[in-house]
Amino acid sequence: MRRGFAPWADLGIRPLVRFEQVTRRFGAVAAVDGLSLDIYEGEFFALLGPSGCGKTTLLRMLAGFETPDKGRILLGDDDIGRVPPYRRPVNMMFQSYALFPHLTVAGNIAFGLKQDRLPRPEIEARVAEMLALVKLEGLAARKPHQLSGGQRQRVALARSLAKRPKVLLLDEPLAALDKKLRAETQFELMELQARLGTTFVIVTHDQEEAMTVAHRIAVMDHGRLAQVATPPELYEQPTSRWVAGFIGDVNLIEGAVVAADAGGLAIEGAGGRRFVAIGAADVGQKAWIALRPEKLRLSGTKPETAGENCVVGRVHDIAYLGDVSLYKVRLDDGATMTASLANASRRLDRAIGWDDTVWLTWTPDAGVVLTR
Amino acid sequence: MAGGKTTFESWSARLMVRVPFLWLVVFFLIPFLIVIKISLSQTAIAMPPYVPVLDLAAGWAGIREFVAGLGLDNFAILLSDDIYALSYFKSLWVAAVSTAILLVIGYPIAYAMARAPRWLQSVLVMLVVLPFWTSFLIRVYAWINILQTDGLLNRALRAIGLIDAPVAWLASDTAIYIGIVYSYLPFMVLPLYATLEKQDETLLEAAADLGAPRWQAFWRVTAPLSLPGIAAGALLCFIPITGEFVIPDLLGGSDSLMIGQTLWTEFFSNKDWPVASAIAVVLLLALVVPIAIYQNLQMKNIEGGS
Repeated sequence: MRRGFAPWADLGIRPLVRFEQVTRRFGAVAAVDGLSLDIYEGEFFALLGPSGCGKTTLLRMLAGFETPDKGRILLGDDDIGRVPPYRRPVNMMFQSYALFPHLTVAGNIAFGLKQDRLPRPEIEARVAEMLALVKLEGLAARKPHQLSGGQRQRVALARSLAKRPKVLLLDEPLAALDKKLRAETQFELMELQARLGTTFVIVTHDQEEAMTVAHRIAVMDHGRLAQVATPPELYEQPTSRWVAGFIGDVNLIEGAVVAADAGGLAIEGAGGRRFVAIGAADVGQKAWIALRPEKLRLSGTKPETAGENCVVGRVHDIAYLGDVSLYKVRLDDGATMTASLANASRRLDRAIGWDDTVWLTWTPDAGVVLTR
Repeated sequence: MAGGKTTFESWSARLMVRVPFLWLVVFFLIPFLIVIKISLSQTAIAMPPYVPVLDLAAGWAGIREFVAGLGLDNFAILLSDDIYALSYFKSLWVAAVSTAILLVIGYPIAYAMARAPRWLQSVLVMLVVLPFWTSFLIRVYAWINILQTDGLLNRALRAIGLIDAPVAWLASDTAIYIGIVYSYLPFMVLPLYATLEKQDETLLEAAADLGAPRWQAFWRVTAPLSLPGIAAGALLCFIPITGEFVIPDLLGGSDSLMIGQTLWTEFFSNKDWPVASAIAVVLLLALVVPIAIYQNLQMKNIEGGS
């Protein structure tokens, strides 16, 4: 990610794409429900959410395959809500790639250019440029069925970039690739986007993919935006329990705010246990402290430090994942908390084992206070 | 025993290949060789009505006499009289025009079927196949009823004031084309439907996304991708129409002979089996070319694998 690239934080910059109160219904179900969203020029923007959350419908409205029932979609200053797909300066890379089986690789890439009636030498030059861009030189004369999955994916990408769209839409572009190739291609996509400076909008259900490639992520749920933020913000500062749980693992401690001042909040959980946390909430309000497993410290002895949050419990499960180990700790009140420990040494024996009594501690700023 | 199983499998696999092969030998190759043999014979007032007949009892002499009796005279007859060339040309012309009409009518039907909702598609396929439940002959006879002077068509046209006097539809080329197009439409629609139905609709979205309005997306994506269906439908119609006998005989005029009628006349009216056989041999050779093209396209389609 380019350092300091944050057009969304700059009030002087106008968005390239703007959804204004957009609703799209299928029968009784609102796939997209009164949604407003700004996407800025040069952004790599991800639409993330579980299946059926409306992310694909949103993308298809941007491409022109769906029309909004209500609201406006602006591209620059133009309302494109009812402009047919073939007149939009926007191109899409399809999940299935949708390569034309009767055309060669070059024919596929040239399809949109021929449609625009560009002069032949220009088409040939652009096709060659696109083939070089996706590193497929020498395969111009192949038919799609003669290519591997990864090569097809590249042809689809080249074809959707050939017309130099203002916005490139990517519908689950890497879903058909195997895990290793997917990870490589994610980095290539980022590099490509940074080089071209084209606005990319990607739809994915894979949170790691979204976190890897995107400048900002819109997390969607039931046709609405749950949160729009950069990947670190989304992980470290989720605004709801749903987002906290959707992105990564989280421990939630439920309680009520019993004291609030400039220094932080005091939250009383089950069994009268008190925790301190940094956040904003009113006294008497119900609140949850969201703690990521790696923010917890795990100790086999009772810690000396005061002023920190501490709970005690028994290890009831350990998952060794290689880089980290996950410890599931059952507290006295029956709740389970997960802590992760980096496996920094090569020792095979563990300092902490099953059924050991352990203390979990965390600083007041380790958790996020959520009120919804 | 593993070996026993393998032997059995290869044996049954070989049988699987040989059954259709045997079928073709018994019901196509042998009869066709007989027809070729008759086409090389001479007419005779006898039973069978041609000579020579192979007399194996006479041994080598019999075989020699048999071979000496064969000749190309009948093919010379086909060249000597214009009526044969004209019949062939007429048949090929009627087949070509009918196939073109069938394509123009059949394509939109197949296209509409392929784009219909799933549940409706099976109903529509059923409707296309439904006429086969009635005898072909009866359906052609029904057209006589419709097309005759005081038939349905003339009465309907007069009722809406399009014509004053009845039109003589029957005994004309128009009637032949109506009959052929009606009868062969399913053979055009079904292969077209089969190719159009399996086309991925995202391809049209991709075309639209790349700037092609519907009509151009059709010409640049749908049409080229349906070429195998067009070829299959066209050949499935063209080949049998060329040899068509019943429709021109019942609906067409006596002055416009198609090759099927000429063949029938030689065989049944003139009792000239050798000339009739020669006509059949030449017709088959004339059709081998389109059949070969069809086979070639089929192979390409299989290799294409899409």
